[in-house]
Amino acid sequence: MLNHAWIIPLIPAVSFFLIIGLGKKMPMKGSEIGLVSIFTSLVLALITAVQWINHTNAAVTGGEAGASDGAAHEAIVKPVIKVFTWWQSGGVKFGWGSHIDGLAVALLVVVTIISSCVHVFSLEYLRGDRRYTHYFAALSLFTAGMLNLVVAENTIQLLLGWEIMGLCSFMLIGHWWEEEANSRAALKAFFTTRTGDIGLLVGISIVYFATKSFSIETINQTVTDGKVSHLVILMGAIALFIAVIGKSGQFPLHTWLPDAMAGPTPVSALIHAATMVVAGVYLVARLYPVFVSGFSIGTNVTIGGLNPMALIGGITIVIAAGLAFVQNDIKKVLAYSTVSQLGYMIMGLGVGAWTPAVFHIFTHAFFKALLFLGAGSIAHSGSHHSFDMKESMGGLRKYMPITFWTFIVGTLALSGIFPFAGFFSKDEILAFAGHHGYHSFMYIGLVGAFMTAAYMTRCVWLTFFGEYRGGHAAHDDHHTVALVAHDADVHADHHDAHAEPHESPWLITGPLILLAVLATVVGFLNAAPFKIEKFTEWVQPRIAFPEISVPDFSWLEAGESLAIAMAGILIAAALWSKDLGRLRGLTKRNKLAHAGYTFLWNKYYLDHLYEGIIVAGITGPIARGAYWINQKLIDGTVNGVGIGAREAGKWVYKNIDQKIVDGAVNGAGMAASETGGLLRGLQTGKVQQYGALLFGSSAIIGLIFVIVIK
Amino acid sequence: MNSFDQWALSLAVFIPVVGALVMMFAIPKEDEKSVKIAALVTSLAALAVGIYVMVKFNYDKSGTMQFAVDKPWINIIHSRFNIGIDGISLPMFMLSLVVVPLCIIYSWNHIPSPGNAKAFFILMLLLETGMAGTFVARDLILFFVFFEVVLLPMYFMIGVWGCYTRQYASTKFFLYTLFGSALMLLSFLALFFKGNATSFAMSDLAVAAHNIPHGTQLLIFGGLFIGFAVKVPMFPFHTWLPDAHTQAPTVGSVILAAVLLKLGTYGFIRIGIPILPEAAKSWAWFIGLLAVIGIIYGALGCLAQTDMKRLIAFSSVAHMGFVMLGISTLTPFGINAAIFGMVAHGLITGMLFFLAGSIKERFHTLEIKRLGGLLLQAPRMGWLLGLSAMASLGLPGLAGFWGEFPAILSAYSPAKGLTESTFRTFMVIAAVGTVLAAGYLLWLVQRVAFGQPKAEWEGHHFDDVLPTEWLAWAPFLIGILVLGVYPQFLFHITDGAVTDMLHTALGR
Amino acid sequence: MPINAFLLLAAFLFCTGLYGVLARRNAVLVLMSVELILNAVNINLVAFGTRFQGDVTGQVFALFVIAIAAAEVGVGLAIVLLIHRNKSSINVDELDSMKG
Repeated sequence: MLNHAWIIPLIPAVSFFLIIGLGKKMPMKGSEIGLVSIFTSLVLALITAVQWINHTNAAVTGGEAGASDGAAHEAIVKPVIKVFTWWQSGGVKFGWGSHIDGLAVALLVVVTIISSCVHVFSLEYLRGDRRYTHYFAALSLFTAGMLNLVVAENTIQLLLGWEIMGLCSFMLIGHWWEEEANSRAALKAFFTTRTGDIGLLVGISIVYFATKSFSIETINQTVTDGKVSHLVILMGAIALFIAVIGKSGQFPLHTWLPDAMAGPTPVSALIHAATMVVAGVYLVARLYPVFVSGFSIGTNVTIGGLNPMALIGGITIVIAAGLAFVQNDIKKVLAYSTVSQLGYMIMGLGVGAWTPAVFHIFTHAFFKALLFLGAGSIAHSGSHHSFDMKESMGGLRKYMPITFWTFIVGTLALSGIFPFAGFFSKDEILAFAGHHGYHSFMYIGLVGAFMTAAYMTRCVWLTFFGEYRGGHAAHDDHHTVALVAHDADVHADHHDAHAEPHESPWLITGPLILLAVLATVVGFLNAAPFKIEKFTEWVQPRIAFPEISVPDFSWLEAGESLAIAMAGILIAAALWSKDLGRLRGLTKRNKLAHAGYTFLWNKYYLDHLYEGIIVAGITGPIARGAYWINQKLIDGTVNGVGIGAREAGKWVYKNIDQKIVDGAVNGAGMAASETGGLLRGLQTGKVQQYGALLFGSSAIIGLIFVIVIK
Repeated sequence: MNSFDQWALSLAVFIPVVGALVMMFAIPKEDEKSVKIAALVTSLAALAVGIYVMVKFNYDKSGTMQFAVDKPWINIIHSRFNIGIDGISLPMFMLSLVVVPLCIIYSWNHIPSPGNAKAFFILMLLLETGMAGTFVARDLILFFVFFEVVLLPMYFMIGVWGCYTRQYASTKFFLYTLFGSALMLLSFLALFFKGNATSFAMSDLAVAAHNIPHGTQLLIFGGLFIGFAVKVPMFPFHTWLPDAHTQAPTVGSVILAAVLLKLGTYGFIRIGIPILPEAAKSWAWFIGLLAVIGIIYGALGCLAQTDMKRLIAFSSVAHMGFVMLGISTLTPFGINAAIFGMVAHGLITGMLFFLAGSIKERFHTLEIKRLGGLLLQAPRMGWLLGLSAMASLGLPGLAGFWGEFPAILSAYSPAKGLTESTFRTFMVIAAVGTVLAAGYLLWLVQRVAFGQPKAEWEGHHFDDVLPTEWLAWAPFLIGILVLGVYPQFLFHITDGAVTDMLHTALGR
Repeated sequence: MPINAFLLLAAFLFCTGLYGVLARRNAVLVLMSVELILNAVNINLVAFGTRFQGDVTGQVFALFVIAIAAAEVGVGLAIVLLIHRNKSSINVDELDSMKG
């Protein structure tokens, strides 16, 4: 299977076409094709994983048993590469195939598991949707895109998967495109990531010409060997990083992610947990040598440790967490938390914490999918398809115990509480940051951890505790109505709007339970406190990879971050559970607090900047200006030449043609008639006169001949 | 080479005109059915010969002229009937042979007003001869004749079957291209006389051009440049295009977009670069500059449009900018990308024009403001619009990408002797253009396909895609998908020819 | 013998004839003047023929002209006779029926 992992993305791709072609005629409207294909991919991915682990173990033990020589076994654990020639042009060959190493395997497993859960969840969640078949087709294609990106052998193949995901996110976010808001959100998502893609196009080009290869293996090897000029690779890294910012929702291009909540909830889970946004982080991890060498990660600590990746990641952690506090929409809270967690990953990669960052991708996928699907479950069965925590939730723990407990697991994992998965990965990132000398970023991470714990506590509190506020609210808040209209009309047929909240059916809770279990246990794959480093062993590349020193685990630091997270939870719980009259309503009384709140509520005005100024500027004045130039200046010149020619023509006609040329013609006519009158006198009919004229004229002609010819 | 091979190209080129003559004299105007059948059979016969050529074509030697014929033609001006096909012309040749029958199928039930199917189809067949002939001509005078043959049928097509301001548009189209052609002919003559050539054959002229001093070469290339740039059309010679496209009948727009625009770019590749490589090098930065201006400018123009067809027309300016950018790098990679871009643009924009035509047929308007919710009114058409838009904005996996991305890539490292930094700047600008392309196309899809239908259409019923439309569109869609998934089909054909051509021209 | 004398004589005859054709009113005199012109030509023909050709070509032409002139005078006098019968006048000025 290691050699043939390229089959894994092909299965859902084929499934996409099957669903489009046959889906509507199938008994389950095509969803069965999607399910079968994703389960097949899942099984194949797991087989690949097992084989890879065996491969690695064999290499490691073989190396130790054989020569006890470190170099010997490192040479053995190469990525398994299989390439077919896809096309060639101008002597350049492009391949399509698979590049399987630990990183790819880890992602394959994550993507297929999450996608399977999402598929199952969607069976119930979208039951009766008017575009059920298309939905599953898009899910298949989405998964195919991500899997293709994961196994990509070269950067072009990676780009293919990257863009296919862009397309699918467009289709899925705009799934209910009858609402203008949804289609706008879809457009925004596609457009924002596409803006980042300028970087990808340029970056791939630069890296190609720097290393003379599209092959990921060759690129990494060449860059690691230091055969490329630093400036070029810096440019390449910057360009690629712009793409990452766009795709992985980093500041300042994160604004599309919360809007992407317009899509169906399972799609949000898929986008935020396993595909799409992770693609950016994956790109960095995949081409890590390029970034390490370009941004001098780990070697420039002396100048303050600033590098763009750590900086952007750090900023993103804090600003997204800040935004999560003021959201009333549960999905938006989760969306901002995703942005914030992606910030951790990028920051981790920026400070040289490759393995922890990849591990964080791995763990985050499980608990974030869990949280999103939990939110979906709430909307489906608890809050009449509303996502507004303040208006239509509250006290749901009594009605939806499974959803509640699994949500709690997800929250604890996200907040980084021992022993849930998030603790191990997040803590390692911070430890690496400290170890590599990026102390400021370690503190940013700690602040982020505190904020994460706090806003998630707020979210849980508003949703599950207190009194149930649903039932009446959905009708007097227009904002909410607009937000939920799509889900509501999907389910209107089999849900009474005023029914009691109840637990969701097993098709929804099943995936929740599975993910909750995974979110609890996967952390132990790489549990530094217990000296378990299986994940590192399996995943971290051994060739074509920069040297990274690993910090020793420190209980003190881990305890510190754990304590901070716990503090976040407790303070937030205290704040929202007890009626602290002095703090409540602070934002309304205190001008400064109010300003801060407004600032957050307007999302730092970034959307205003993008939509109001940049997009509106381009589509409005600039485009109109260009068009004006086109119509008035260029076309105007052309038309002007045309009109000028016409006017000139008219003038010529009037003055030259009519007066001179035609004048000449007329004149000739007139002259003819006048001379005719004159000559009539000559025509006497008298022979002698004629004879005289004849003679006279011949005499004149003769004279002329004599004079001229001589 | 058997005797049929000798005739194959001439047959493919002249079958349409023979068919047109037969139709003109043998079939009465009132008998529309026979007219349609005759036109379809004729174009299919030409296509069959084209397919024969494609099958017999030796792909391993795509750089050499195959099916070549070289017979005396007009001795007194040293022009010969010299035709042949290689990897560069084959895709374009096939494209013109494929597009016409499809257009005839599409027009089966949609003869635009004021009717008169006979004249309409005769013009279309004449166009086919002109287009196919241009792509196989190996003699400049022959090339010029075919190049001009295209002009007149198109003029009448726009002028007679067009929309409201058709006369303005058709006259503008005619005069504009004629202006370019005049300069082009002048350059041809200059090449012949200044180079003391023995004939107008391209291969002879390529040798003869060495006799011309560099300064004169620059001027001659300038003449060629304007002639071809008008046809492409390149900024700032593009203004005939939106008008012509907007006013032309649907199939006129399709043929215009799919094939006619390529005559210009093909001219650069076939004539400009091989004959005057040194001048091409000196002009390259300027061509590249105009190309990237066109990319951005066309995109901005699109964003300002309120009419769907005009928007698509403007997008052609942007897309041909990518093609010209690829050509201006003078690298095999870039020119391959350009040829791919030409074919892809032909298929995609042709498809978009078909869709626009069908939408107009149903709604009698293309004003974006009045459209909306197409996915509800005619779901399949809405999906096709989405697909074509995605292909047009260069989504990998669909044909548009393989013209666009390699062109951008090639600009990173242009041919030896060109300034790298200039072209790298172009690369970044062109990459920005891809974003704008996504912007205007998705915005179009959002406004036309998504949302709720406007109130004025309430109670109207709209047919979804009709059988004749499926028949006419299917090859386009298949082409977009197949070339997108497996671009090697096309690169395989062009690669050898382009590499050989550049090797001969620039000697590397 | 210089040719000039012949040419001068011929020119004199021609001018006299021309005067007669253009100025005389009497149709018979006009006809006679035409004869003078013709004879001027005859002299020229003979003179040039002898001088440049050196053979009898000129004289042959002159004989032709004399024969034609005889015929012409015959026809001319017949016309004059008819005119006189119709109009009772042979005054050329009164003959303006050619006027359109």
